Amino acid sequence: MDVKIITDHGEMTAKLYGEIDHHRAREMREMIDSAAERNKPSILYLDFGGVTFMDSSGIGLIMGRYRTMNLLGGEVRVLNIPKSMERMVELSGLSALNLFAKGSEKNEVKK
Amino acid sequence: MKLKNEMSLTFESRSSNEGFARSAVASFISQLDPTIGEITDIKTAVSEAVTNCIVHAYKESVGQIYINVKVYEGAVVVIKIKDKGCGIHDVKQAMEPLFTTGGEERAGLGFAVMQSFTDKVKVISKEGKGTTVTLEKRLMSRIKDV
Repeated sequence: MDVKIITDHGEMTAKLYGEIDHHRAREMREMIDSAAERNKPSILYLDFGGVTFMDSSGIGLIMGRYRTMNLLGGEVRVLNIPKSMERMVELSGLSALNLFAKGSEKNEVKK
Repeated sequence: MKLKNEMSLTFESRSSNEGFARSAVASFISQLDPTIGEITDIKTAVSEAVTNCIVHAYKESVGQIYINVKVYEGAVVVIKIKDKGCGIHDVKQAMEPLFTTGGEERAGLGFAVMQSFTDKVKVISKEGKGTTVTLEKRLMSRIKDV
């Protein structure tokens, strides 16, 4: 499975696996959005730790979930962006939104 | 520049072919013994160009996408991605970062990524006729001769 959803104390984590392109982003988006609408989490974590490749569709996926969570009154945090994909994130200007946390910061937030 | 090797492929503009297209190009290039970073750069740029063909050129239809890869002496790779779709009304505007007609889930970064991940990007487009994107990248290849 490309997306694993974990809910915990009103927060939700979507762990993403494999390659993210325009084709696969669509399925991921549908899974994440339907789970978010059901659970209405205060924070949605998008965990890119298992992602082996992404093109700009990965950025579109983050932007779209940012909008979804705005509508639901929650926040988005992005975890574990692989080194090889950092240039893509820089290009996108998304870093200005302060969505990016290191994997370990998540646990600190949760405690 | 002396041509050392070449391949072409044609496939339908279905989104399920995006992975095939970038992997096929990466696989052909791999005989130059590129670094993992170089392979990722090429896969990413090809993925953007092919996605443009699917999302924009053949928006409401399925058409053919043509890829041609040439390898020149000195490990210079030239990749042409061509469609016979709707064409681009204003190429300069389309290449601006964050400009998109693709809706909320598209970042508008396609051409910016192609430019950042390769050495040279050339776009020739004619409305109603189609678009050809040419990507050029020199690999710091570890093999001197192919």
